[in-house]
Amino acid sequence: MVKAISLGDRVRVREDFPLGHIRTPLYVRGKEGVVTRVFGSFPNPEVLALGRDGLPKKTLYEVRFQQSELWPDYNGPETDTLLIDIYEHWLAKV
Amino acid sequence: MRGSHDLGGLTAGPIDKEPHDMTFWEKQIDAMNTLLAQKGLRRTDENRRYVEMLSHDAYNTLTYYERWTAALARQMIDKGVLTQDEIDAKVAAIRERLGEDAG
Amino acid sequence: MHDQDHDHGHHHDHDHDHHQDHDHVAVQPHPPAAKDEKIHSYHQVLGLALKELLIEKGVFTADEIRKAIEWRDSITPAMGAQIVARAWTDPAYKDRLLKNGTEAIKEFGHDMGALHLVVVENTPQVHNMIVCTLCSCYPRAILGLPPPWYKSREYRSRAVREPRKVLKEFGTVLPESVDVRVHDSTADMRYLVLPMRPKGTEKLSEDELAKLVTRDSMVGVSLPESPH
Repeated sequence: MVKAISLGDRVRVREDFPLGHIRTPLYVRGKEGVVTRVFGSFPNPEVLALGRDGLPKKTLYEVRFQQSELWPDYNGPETDTLLIDIYEHWLAKV
Repeated sequence: MRGSHDLGGLTAGPIDKEPHDMTFWEKQIDAMNTLLAQKGLRRTDENRRYVEMLSHDAYNTLTYYERWTAALARQMIDKGVLTQDEIDAKVAAIRERLGEDAG
Repeated sequence: MHDQDHDHGHHHDHDHDHHQDHDHVAVQPHPPAAKDEKIHSYHQVLGLALKELLIEKGVFTADEIRKAIEWRDSITPAMGAQIVARAWTDPAYKDRLLKNGTEAIKEFGHDMGALHLVVVENTPQVHNMIVCTLCSCYPRAILGLPPPWYKSREYRSRAVREPRKVLKEFGTVLPESVDVRVHDSTADMRYLVLPMRPKGTEKLSEDELAKLVTRDSMVGVSLPESPH
């Protein structure tokens, strides 16, 4: 059984390209970051968008990325970060 | 594979920082959507999906509330609340009222 | 004037010196295409059509629309500013606000509904900036409607990739010793920046402090105003 993702874990965003209403932007797919908050579970917006109840709920995480790792041409210090809220099914522990 | 709405990281020009007061029309569209949400007839995620389903050209041509309008029309038709015929007839009637050409 | 029912410029041969068949030169911006104006006009009418039809169907009333507009107009950034000013003067409130923003704003009578508020604090070390790249998520319950620039393609595209350049466009220059943290609100969390309290404000009342807190400082593109 896969252990749940928790605070401080290093995670990688799935590099898949399903069509439909997805709240994981392209710019983080395939990228690695660190879980900085665990928000709890919420109905899945991908399913809510179809007019359904969005169950089962998905755990939502705040993931922090280093800007210099997201953008090849990032113009700023290594300490600049980007934080984004991503649902569990888009993340895998590294 | 990029949805028209998935803009993070794309190259773009300078930001227009002008406040651009909301027009009365925009306030009405916003109010309509707020009411529909309050009455449980419009779901945020569904509305977003309909906006995202606009063609690339439509997404980039229409303004923010025009996109909501296009999405709402589509939703109302899909849900059987309104028909395209009803909408077309009302559009023609309003144009006549406003003194515009029918075409 | 030729009918522009195709993409601007792609069919023009700009290598020629003469422009008799054009009524403009290549480098000047094109006026909005007639096609685009008709598209905008159609959608304006469509919006009104939907409103009238839904009223006819009894989905809502004209009075409800009017009240919804008034309600929307009643929510302004002053509400967010009041919360910030309280956090500046009351360390225990600030603590509650940072731990659970959704609950803390209820003390002012504000309700996030199904959404959640996360308040992120600016410090001498960290500057926070908020964007919604996918649409225009914004803490409307306490700031009102977002400004057009927040919803623009330009802000949504560039804020995540070149935040310091965007900040500069808003007149905010931060040294490299300050970490810039961009938050992309992609889910049910809405973000509010708690700006740093400006220097020289020790003697100001909470109301006076609130006046220094601009909307833009709570989105994170600029800093609060300084006392005069």
